[in-house]
Amino acid sequence: MSSRVLGRRGKKLDLRSAEELRAERRKGRTGQYLVLPGMIGLALFFALPVLVLLAMSLYTKPPGAEIGEFVPALQFSNYAVMLEAYWPVLLRSFWFALIATVLALLIGYPMAYLVAVRLRQHGLLKGILLVLLIAPFFSSFILRTQAWKQILSDEGFIAQTLKAVSLLPADGHLTATPIAVVAGLTYNFLPFMVLPIYANLDRLDTRLLEASGDLYANPVTTFTKVTLPLSASGVFAGTLLTFIPAAGDYINASLLGNNRNTTMIGQVIDSRFFRVIDYPGAAALSFVLMVSILILVIIYIRRFGTRELM
Amino acid sequence: MKQKLGRWIIPVLGGLAFVYLLVPIAYIFVYSFNDAGRTNLEWRGFTWSNWQNPCGAPAVCESLVNSLQIGLLATVIATALGTCVALGLVRYKFRFRNATDILIILPLATPEVVLGAALLAQFLNLGWELGFTTIVISHVVFCMAFVIVTVRARVSALDPRLEEAAADLYANPRTTFWKVTFPLLLPGIIAAAMLSFAMSFDDFIITNFNSGNVQTFPKFIYVAATRGIPAQANVIGSAMFLLALLVVIIAQIMSYRKRKALEKAQ
Repeated sequence: MSSRVLGRRGKKLDLRSAEELRAERRKGRTGQYLVLPGMIGLALFFALPVLVLLAMSLYTKPPGAEIGEFVPALQFSNYAVMLEAYWPVLLRSFWFALIATVLALLIGYPMAYLVAVRLRQHGLLKGILLVLLIAPFFSSFILRTQAWKQILSDEGFIAQTLKAVSLLPADGHLTATPIAVVAGLTYNFLPFMVLPIYANLDRLDTRLLEASGDLYANPVTTFTKVTLPLSASGVFAGTLLTFIPAAGDYINASLLGNNRNTTMIGQVIDSRFFRVIDYPGAAALSFVLMVSILILVIIYIRRFGTRELM
Repeated sequence: MKQKLGRWIIPVLGGLAFVYLLVPIAYIFVYSFNDAGRTNLEWRGFTWSNWQNPCGAPAVCESLVNSLQIGLLATVIATALGTCVALGLVRYKFRFRNATDILIILPLATPEVVLGAALLAQFLNLGWELGFTTIVISHVVFCMAFVIVTVRARVSALDPRLEEAAADLYANPRTTFWKVTFPLLLPGIIAAAMLSFAMSFDDFIITNFNSGNVQTFPKFIYVAATRGIPAQANVIGSAMFLLALLVVIIAQIMSYRKRKALEKAQ
């Protein structure tokens, strides 16, 4: 075809490619005006506060100071003191969060698959189940955790049944154990696991599954070789959105655990801030938590990550 | 036989998981009818009185109103700012691109205690009094990060040929945006706003750091948990759950009917 194409009325057509048109639109300052207000907000109320927290973590208590009075300094020993005292708690927090994330994935994947793939043709039922994933937020997460505490309590139906069939010793408890805390974490962050996986599986082309079956793959092979790899970025986002809040959470640990074997780092930070009034110590621990999560996340992204997540 | 088992395994596992999700909500609902007195721990008989007088317990309704106001305000601000950022990021090139990306991702990778503590340190430094404003600001920060990520995915998935078609039909950029782009993005924006509201309404940790004396609904329950939660809190928790369910189900049914009618017409 000739490059000089004439339109029907003899007018020369605009032959710039769509790509060029898009590039042209990208010029100008509109983008900056759109991005600026939100970014200023994040700079003032996220980046700056984190720097303030970092500075505060190095403050020191002057001799003879009142409670809650600290002066700016560069006291790096705050970190050593806090880490020395609380490294087992920090490790336990990551350990609990890791188990809760794996459990949430095992429970959440079938939920996401059921809604996104199996119920694809059943619009109404699919919609209702999707709503059920978000609606629990409105009944308040502390109220639901408290409900679990009652359900699992020593007088509750579950503990009584387990004791009757000798699965639980007569003087055993379900609450105030690490199991209860991990179960609570799994429960509370389950929607954060399911929603990204759902969003991913919703776009899954089911003809690929049929094709795999036609090529004599059994359902397990189809799942591990086709479905799972195609939903990997959803699993990736879900695990991060579950692990990060779970590692910092302290509601489950304080309502369902509340003993020395279940203390999580969030509880320590909270009590350093509000009960001990040790702002530098609390700030140092917060910073350690943030940095260690970032390191774990970066390792995880390097190892399994996909670009499309960001 | 084995094939059949395979077909049922997903519905059974998924269904059980949904039951697991709803168990404590059923418990909250049942105990909202408990003739409880001060502590709602043991079943002491059925009563309608909690539902007839949901504001009966001191401060429970004030805290609910606070939570609703904070949630609405934070959602509107976070959705407006976040949508603009998402549009700007996908559609335009500008300097400091990488710094912007990091500033968006970091709040999502920051646990709530850390964000709460950092904002508290900032507010203490600025000498601001903790209260309604500081809660709204802190909620906007974590909601906005979610809005940006959700809406950005939506903008990236948009077919640019639709906008080009509008331009070819002599629509100016403004008309193109409001008649083509915005309606296509709207479902994503609504989903982001709903998630923002839900997270703001249910937030405890960040709120607890930055609220001063202002009570929110989660904070009310946390404080009450040590002395016994009044049954009225169960009424409000159940009612909010049912209301959210009802609103979305009605919307679902309406869009379902519309789709069916469209299919029939074709």
